[in-house]
Amino acid sequence: MSVGWAQKVPALRRKTEFRLMMSGMALIINLASFRGCAAEPGIHRRRALLIWRRRRLWILGSPSAPRNEDAVSHPDHDRSTRPGKGAEVAFGAWLLVGIMTTASATEIPPAERRSGYDTMGAETQAMQRDDTTNPGMLWVQDGADLWEKVPSQAKLACAGCHGDATQAMRGVAARYPAFDERSGGPIDLETRINRCRTDNQSEAPYAQESRELLAVMAYVATQSRGLPITPVPDPRLGAARERGRALFTARMGQLGLTCAACHDDNHGHKLGAATIPQGHPNGYPLYRLEWQGLGSVQRRLRNCMTGMRAEPFAAGSSEALDLELYLMSRAAPLPIETPAVRP
Amino acid sequence: MARTLINVPKSAKPGEVVTIKTLISHPMETGFRPGADGRIKPRDILTEFVCAYDGEEVFRAEMFPATAANPYVSFTLKAERTGTLTFTWRGDNGFDQTETATLNVA
Ligand code: HEC
Ligand code: HEC
Repeated sequence: MSVGWAQKVPALRRKTEFRLMMSGMALIINLASFRGCAAEPGIHRRRALLIWRRRRLWILGSPSAPRNEDAVSHPDHDRSTRPGKGAEVAFGAWLLVGIMTTASATEIPPAERRSGYDTMGAETQAMQRDDTTNPGMLWVQDGADLWEKVPSQAKLACAGCHGDATQAMRGVAARYPAFDERSGGPIDLETRINRCRTDNQSEAPYAQESRELLAVMAYVATQSRGLPITPVPDPRLGAARERGRALFTARMGQLGLTCAACHDDNHGHKLGAATIPQGHPNGYPLYRLEWQGLGSVQRRLRNCMTGMRAEPFAAGSSEALDLELYLMSRAAPLPIETPAVRP
Repeated sequence: MARTLINVPKSAKPGEVVTIKTLISHPMETGFRPGADGRIKPRDILTEFVCAYDGEEVFRAEMFPATAANPYVSFTLKAERTGTLTFTWRGDNGFDQTETATLNVA
């Protein structure tokens, strides 16, 4: 498991925590990775002070200048480092967070699961709802073309084998990651699509996070729009799912945070200007205003991990896959929203 | 050709005010942003959008580096007769794309 130094050096972390407890506040966290403020330009570049007390976040903050040196040149931030854009937040808001208590990490019961859609602003919701304003539809349309496109090697198009995607791909995204006989473990939608590229079309796989891959994924996943997430009950996925759950509740990064501390224990509360969502992967690939483009759930996870000051799981790594598998079962039975829009 | 999404009502009554919505796929690279190699990426934005109704200009918008990627433009016009709407986007690097749609008035 790839975790930050704080977990590798527990003594150091304990010492840090002690100091934090004494001062009642703690480490600095780059809020920008959790939160893009594209829709509300006034609130980016804001420094806020957060104190964690009885597992609540209290914001005592005030705006101040950004710390340019912290504009990590992480690929996920490249769009955010554009001056003159509402979406620039990579080195935006800073928080002082004191996270002292151990998270109780109780999973949200199915009946109380809420999509990130519910907590976002009315304008962003309207943008998602209307296919003529939802920029994710630009990718879906591209994907529809790629579905029909005959590859160069005189092989069949996706449609040549699968036929009409509205029939053939209906419900597929709602049950991925699925069990893969070949690897004996989980397989996500992008890997499955790329396997058809290589094995059935003799084409090079689409690059991770490329426009083509996101377009085809979005087109395939849109065929499940409105259908509830239904994880495969295959017992052979159990171990991977449990590994994902363990990652979700494991402290990681320099701040010693867990995913659960935010998404199980503090959803609905504020992190700077952002409302912490329950953190469900039901709209991916989705259009994030901060990205000004479509992105995968793995990219979203890298954003959260960068914010936690942990080393993000590499694209396509087994950790990222296990986590995604767990997140999907944790989100069931929320409906698929692809292509969703998020701030 | 950039992907566009254009929404024109299927039909309108004479004199009715209709809403037109357009989206176009474009990076709107500001010209201020450093790339992975640390160099400033050259500016690549759309600078204007024009809608004409049977050849007559009815709407025009200018765009600037602060305009978000994949610009969305929505506006209203008065439906007078069945006719052709043309939508033209122009911008840096000789970008020039025109799409058409029919507005049915009855
Ligand atoms: C030569 C035929 C062929 C071509 C071309 C092809 N596929 Fe497949 N695809 C298959 C077969 C066979 C399966 C496995 C079906 C199964 O396991 O039930 C499959 C499975 C899939 C699945 C998983 C479906 C599921 O229910 O789990 C997806 C998604 C998929 N293909 C997408 C694509 C896409 C996108 C393309 C075009 C880039 C494509 N396929 C091209 C034959 C093809
Ligand atoms: C400090 C709090 C915090 C931690 C820790 C955190 N996140 Fe997040 N997460 C957020 C916030 C805030 C957002 C929403 C950002 C926005 O709205 O712009 C978010 C968004 C998400 C989303 C997207 C939800 C949607 O509706 O699209 C997922 C999935 C997610 N987080 C998973 C994780 C995982 C997995 C971890 C652990 C590796 C994690 N998060 C750690 C605060 C956190």
